[in-house]
Amino acid sequence: MNAFRRNVLKGAAGAGTVAVAVAAGLLKPTQALAGAPRSAFEAKNVGDAMKSMGVSAPADSKDITIKAPDIAENGAVVPVEITSGIAGTTAIALIAEKNATPLVADFDLSGGTQGFVSTRIKMGQTALIRAVVTAGGKSYTAAKEVKVTIGGCGG
Amino acid sequence: MKQQTIAKLLAGLTGLGIALGVATAHATPEQDRQEFIKYYTAKYPNIKLDDYVYGALAFDADSKAQYDAIMEFPPYESQIEKGRKMWETPFKNGKTYADCLPNGGKQIAGNYPMFDEAKGKVVTLENAINDCRTANGEEAFKPGDKNTFGFLTAYMRTLSDGMLMNIKVEGPKAMAAYEDGKKTFFARKGQLNFACASCHVQNAGVRLRSELISPAVGHAVHWPVFRGGDNLVTLQNRYTGCFKQVRAVPPAVNSVTMNNLEYFHSSLSNGLPMKASVFRK
Amino acid sequence: MAEPMRIRATMAGDVADVKVLMNHPMETGQRKDAKTGQLVPAHYITEVTATVGGNTVMKAGLSGGISKNPYLGFKVKGAKAGDKVTVSWVDNKGDKNSADATIG
Repeated sequence: MNAFRRNVLKGAAGAGTVAVAVAAGLLKPTQALAGAPRSAFEAKNVGDAMKSMGVSAPADSKDITIKAPDIAENGAVVPVEITSGIAGTTAIALIAEKNATPLVADFDLSGGTQGFVSTRIKMGQTALIRAVVTAGGKSYTAAKEVKVTIGGCGG
Repeated sequence: MKQQTIAKLLAGLTGLGIALGVATAHATPEQDRQEFIKYYTAKYPNIKLDDYVYGALAFDADSKAQYDAIMEFPPYESQIEKGRKMWETPFKNGKTYADCLPNGGKQIAGNYPMFDEAKGKVVTLENAINDCRTANGEEAFKPGDKNTFGFLTAYMRTLSDGMLMNIKVEGPKAMAAYEDGKKTFFARKGQLNFACASCHVQNAGVRLRSELISPAVGHAVHWPVFRGGDNLVTLQNRYTGCFKQVRAVPPAVNSVTMNNLEYFHSSLSNGLPMKASVFRK
Repeated sequence: MAEPMRIRATMAGDVADVKVLMNHPMETGQRKDAKTGQLVPAHYITEVTATVGGNTVMKAGLSGGISKNPYLGFKVKGAKAGDKVTVSWVDNKGDKNSADATIG
């Protein structure tokens, strides 16, 4: 189990593998066009990730709800649900602030899709989970801390 | 949040023999089960007996919410699917598991382990599957093997979902096997000198460092589990882990000691619904 | 060859509740193999697209920070029972997969 945990920790310490993949011609540029550019997913800190996404100084919003555990059962599978009550929400980005590449996912919503996404993420350590919502061309944000512990009995 | 140090944990153990071990030494299995339930419910009056099937999750709403979120669409579904294919693939002679197990293999998992008078020993569900295989000219699976027994039972046990655990202990030989399992459960072992009961009776619902400890009642209904979403662990593999965690040499999977332990341990969950297979951290 | 994807789509009022489970290792490229000590090459889904009745309703960019066998849930207003939901993904190695389901 500890070996597994360590692997997760290392796993979360991601690097610019996509950049390498692009450089090696493995990725066609057309595959990296939706929403946030792939460079945002390679950014090593929250500031750079936001910059790549074209987001600056998002306003804190109480209309964004992040449903995530206080203490993660297992850092390899942390259920996260984000609901945006902001009218005209068109995108939701999910950031795990202390992951080596913090931007985990970016969802572009269209055609009647509500301001809601649910997924499961990896977290290397205790950190804020941050949602960045785009609505009407403006950015809003909210965050929630998730503690990650090591261990597990699994009974 | 409650924090329990090792020292406090050990201090808490002194009354164990009196609390349960001795009092129940010659009781019937049903009396034992009632004694366990009385012990837990006195300590945790707000937790419903039915919720004991969730183990440690019953004691922590935050953990249970994560379990619920993951169980909504479990990440291990493709492994269950592998098990379904194994279950449905006929043997070379054209027969299937459903042909040789009681009731076509449905709604039977809660009867296992059972005591087989003719063999004079406890037969686990895995043993029954291997008996079925060898009777049909197939090779027996290796005890505790994830890729065979693991996947197969992960699927097969879903056919018994909702069945109430129904372990019968009848006759002197069965009683002796049950008592042997009980002895293993209560005997201190390993460098840490812990019994199974030290954690799962005395300290159930208490935190051991970051870990909430689960009660023994409700333990046996939901195996195998998928830890971290896709790491399949069978019940006896979990026992092996427990032995190692108290720095004891584990008996071999499918040994008489392990099977008797599973027999006793499963009977503690009599009356609780089976649920295969589940996520655990 | 990629394993099948599972999609469940049900109506709740006038909103379709769509849940998707993809089968993918989601290797970040930074995890070492426990036996060999070698880095396991990066292998993860980079993009997921969902359509309902042919209209794009969600386009997601993912990183290796999404858990193994990724799960996505989203809600589409105005969809109807009987509409076809199609979900497809592409990963960093160019592998693709696609599946569809009917909203029930």
